[in-house]
Amino acid sequence: MSLTTDEIKKIAYLARLGIDESDIDAYANDLSNMLDLMTQMGKANTAGINPMAHPMDQMQRLRPDVATETNQRDHFQALAPQTEAGLYLVPKVLD
Amino acid sequence: MEWETVIGLEIHAQMATKSKIFSAASTAYGAEPNTQACAVDLGLPGVLPVLNEEAVRMAVKFGMAIEAEIADYSVFARKNYFYPDLPKGYQISQMELPIVGIGHLDIEVDGETKRIGVTRAHLEEDAGKSLHEDFHGLTGIDLNRAGTPLLEIVSEPDMRSAKEAVAYMRKIHELVRYLEICDGNMQEGSFRCDANVSVRPKGQKEYGTRAELKNINSFRFVEKAINIEVERQIDLIEAGGSVVQETRLYDADKNETRSMRSKEEANDYRYFPDPDLLSVEITDELRAQVKADLPELPSIKKQRFIEQYSHDNETATLLTSSRELADFFEVVVKQSGCEARLCSNWVSGNFLGALNKANLEITASPISAERLAGLLKRIADNTISGKIAKQVFDALWESDLTTDEVIEQQGLKQITDSGAIEVIIDKIIADNPAQVEQYLSGKDKVFGFFVGQVMKASHGKANPGEVNKMLQGKLKR
Amino acid sequence: MHNKTITELAKGLREKEFSSVELTQAYLDRINKYQALNCFITVAEDHALEQAKRSDIQLASAGAGLLTGIPIAQKDIFCTQGIKTTCGSKMLDNFIAPYNATVIEKFNTAGAVTLGKLNMDEFAMGSSNETSFYGAVQNPWDTNTVPGGSSGGSAAAVAARLSPAVTGTDTGGSIRQPASLCGITGLKPTYGRVSRYGMIAFASSLDQGGPMARSAEDAAILMQTMAGFDTKDSTSVDREVPNYSAGLNNSLEGLKIGLPKEFFDEGLNSDIASAIEIAVNEYKKLGAEIKEVSLPNMKLAIPAYYVIASAECSANLSRYDGVRFGYRCGDPADLNDLYIRSRGEAFGAEVKRRILMGTYALSAGYYDAYYIKAQKVRRLISGDFSQALSEVDVLMGPVSPTTAFGIGEKTNDPIEMYLADIYTIAVNLAGLPAMSLPAGFANNKPVGLQVIGNYFTEDRLLNIAHQYQQVTGWHQQTPQGFE
Repeated sequence: MSLTTDEIKKIAYLARLGIDESDIDAYANDLSNMLDLMTQMGKANTAGINPMAHPMDQMQRLRPDVATETNQRDHFQALAPQTEAGLYLVPKVLD
Repeated sequence: MEWETVIGLEIHAQMATKSKIFSAASTAYGAEPNTQACAVDLGLPGVLPVLNEEAVRMAVKFGMAIEAEIADYSVFARKNYFYPDLPKGYQISQMELPIVGIGHLDIEVDGETKRIGVTRAHLEEDAGKSLHEDFHGLTGIDLNRAGTPLLEIVSEPDMRSAKEAVAYMRKIHELVRYLEICDGNMQEGSFRCDANVSVRPKGQKEYGTRAELKNINSFRFVEKAINIEVERQIDLIEAGGSVVQETRLYDADKNETRSMRSKEEANDYRYFPDPDLLSVEITDELRAQVKADLPELPSIKKQRFIEQYSHDNETATLLTSSRELADFFEVVVKQSGCEARLCSNWVSGNFLGALNKANLEITASPISAERLAGLLKRIADNTISGKIAKQVFDALWESDLTTDEVIEQQGLKQITDSGAIEVIIDKIIADNPAQVEQYLSGKDKVFGFFVGQVMKASHGKANPGEVNKMLQGKLKR
Repeated sequence: MHNKTITELAKGLREKEFSSVELTQAYLDRINKYQALNCFITVAEDHALEQAKRSDIQLASAGAGLLTGIPIAQKDIFCTQGIKTTCGSKMLDNFIAPYNATVIEKFNTAGAVTLGKLNMDEFAMGSSNETSFYGAVQNPWDTNTVPGGSSGGSAAAVAARLSPAVTGTDTGGSIRQPASLCGITGLKPTYGRVSRYGMIAFASSLDQGGPMARSAEDAAILMQTMAGFDTKDSTSVDREVPNYSAGLNNSLEGLKIGLPKEFFDEGLNSDIASAIEIAVNEYKKLGAEIKEVSLPNMKLAIPAYYVIASAECSANLSRYDGVRFGYRCGDPADLNDLYIRSRGEAFGAEVKRRILMGTYALSAGYYDAYYIKAQKVRRLISGDFSQALSEVDVLMGPVSPTTAFGIGEKTNDPIEMYLADIYTIAVNLAGLPAMSLPAGFANNKPVGLQVIGNYFTEDRLLNIAHQYQQVTGWHQQTPQGFE
């Protein structure tokens, strides 16, 4: 199975991942090879097998509904590239 | 051609938990920006979600109230897309195996009852907010709301008019508040609605292409938005065009819907089970607990009011429109020991009127059910007349006094002492010989004049029944 | 001092042979001396000496534990409050973690001293440490070769005696393979045994932190601190933590060892095969019985793993968007430009490959064929292990089909690199515990023996490893120039 450069561009956009134009062919080639590897799974007979999302088939533990977190805005926003008036700033969002 | 409208609603109700669905940050509304966004809500590297028990319980409660199938096992999934108010780049939601499966709800439109199907209801986390005020051409992001639990309630495309859609939305609104799982505050965004709207020629089986109207946040706008969208679609088709499947925004100022271009690009959300969370088991124990906690549902309560209090449909509908009002009414009945009719007249009349006038929620009412019951008691035992009672009611509204204290302080006690009334009547008769003449010559209407004069002279305190009786006696002679 | 075991160091501290500050300083000096290995991304000198001072006070009073005052270095995947935490990526080059991972919190409580943060493949994606933004790490046994990965800095640091023991994480072999290539002892615990809170996610259903040390005895001491239930991690298992050191000396008489025949096929280097054979013979002498078993679906573990791990990582890495922390590109033209360039400029090629792969595998039309199929294969593989482990107590085999390879030798062929994970990744899909222990040399490079146990049998695995280390000296070998 081989992926086209257009497909690579489409996936890269879905993942909002900048890729140099000159690298696209290399990614297409690598991903195609990976897909070839993955098609080997087709050989496995998985009829009637339940998908396994987790190593342990245990159930989700639930947390009691208590609000214990305190305001750490300044602490966290010290990490942010751009903030103002307690808000994270991003380029204009258009609706 | 005759057209039929087809509507399905997706309602987002914020669950009234104290903490967020996957973190221990507070869900309280109105805090300073980002002061209630903890490490988990911000999606910092390394953090993990842990599910809030109460959110699950509330979803199950809703499911039971609409007689829905409740899943034995439910799974959370990641819905992947990039948006600045979505910190992790995915929303934890549910795709396969939602907590609540197929259920239904009955609505009433123009006296007709109609059953609306609910396809599913699932839990998910709310996003933050983008603030579009100008920060040097940039947008500000507040993540306080991020992670607030939402129940997304998806209906079947069972509604055929904007009116039905509003009735359904109101019914869900009433229900979630009854169940105390959502505060229903639409201004604060606790209860939001998207509508899928399409039209088709009457009699056609297949659905038309639908448009999704986003975030229409009042009952009035839902009706207007749907109607204007239906009009647009019909005009479009009749002019030879066709409807495109898209997301549209309702502009209340211009009363029009317009395409949201930014959402037009095909989304591929790449849902998959969230590997940070395990399957949620809805145990028999949890079901039993929720069932035991389930309050009397609005439809059942209404039926009971009709039977128990001999209410007409309209009164019962009004009094059961919220759990608080229904409870208020029943406390008044119980505490006053008065006839249900007197109680419902007062609660639906003066009391609700005063609340509306003051623009207050019942929970903020200055008059409690107990105090109102105290007032009605005094009407029933003839201490005061209905007319005086209105005066007492106003005094109760303005003060913390009890009915008896108001009556005492303002000297409003009804005069039932026939001697005192007789003195007044005699004086009125003596002062108005011309009217006596008229009455005796057969003008019955003049009787009302005498009653009025007596009441006036007694400052309204004379017992009207007594006055009537004595006047009739005196004027016959 | 740097050749002592943790038990010996703890004794030295207690008997005032040296202080924690002296010990810490000695290791800091070594780290400085062997900078060329590139084991550390951040050396937390001030922080370490501060912690050492406090430990010395604690050592003077009662209540000091086995790890009090002992220097440990942490893989740079664990969030350390106030210390740069990069995950080997340019994306987090400016990220001073605002909180501690649960594992770090536990080490702090135990009084351990954090020397610094260890180099690793970017976001733990790699088997050679060459995908690190901070450059390749040299294998102390041959500085022209890789230390393995993704916990390459961790393994090399222990081998070069730059830290008595370290932490690592293992998603598809990232503790075991570098341990094998660097001749040290590594334990990948059962999934859910060690909290993942604050351990930066690569593939959430596979990631597991664990100890890397010179011996099983030292690994047991670290494991004691790392293991345990954590309410902050939904996948953490609420189960009592045994005393990992208590059973180290138990006899192996009657131990049933299974050799999966798929581990010994044509892909395995013959020198490694014979080293494993010799090791297995050693176990026979210790009283073990050997039996051949089969893991029929093992070959499918590679495709299943790369679908699942890529899918999970494609979502896990979406939070790196240049908004709240981490790298932001210069002058973004609009919102999409901010996302695309910040991520494009700060993620390396291997990370991009996996995000693309995962995005593709989850996208409309491919989900069932790739993701769901992989999850079904995962159950088959897990079933193979249950079957095999119902016949024997543990499985043994190689960790890696080759010894350490040259830096730059495999970087042009990602698939070849993936295929080398064949013996380790099936274990992660099943969530089982496994160890790598030094079992000799091939061409003067260390060979690791893999021991795979049933769920929550870390104590037994450590016992099995320790007994071997009582009768062999492989784990005591030191690379030349690092004695």
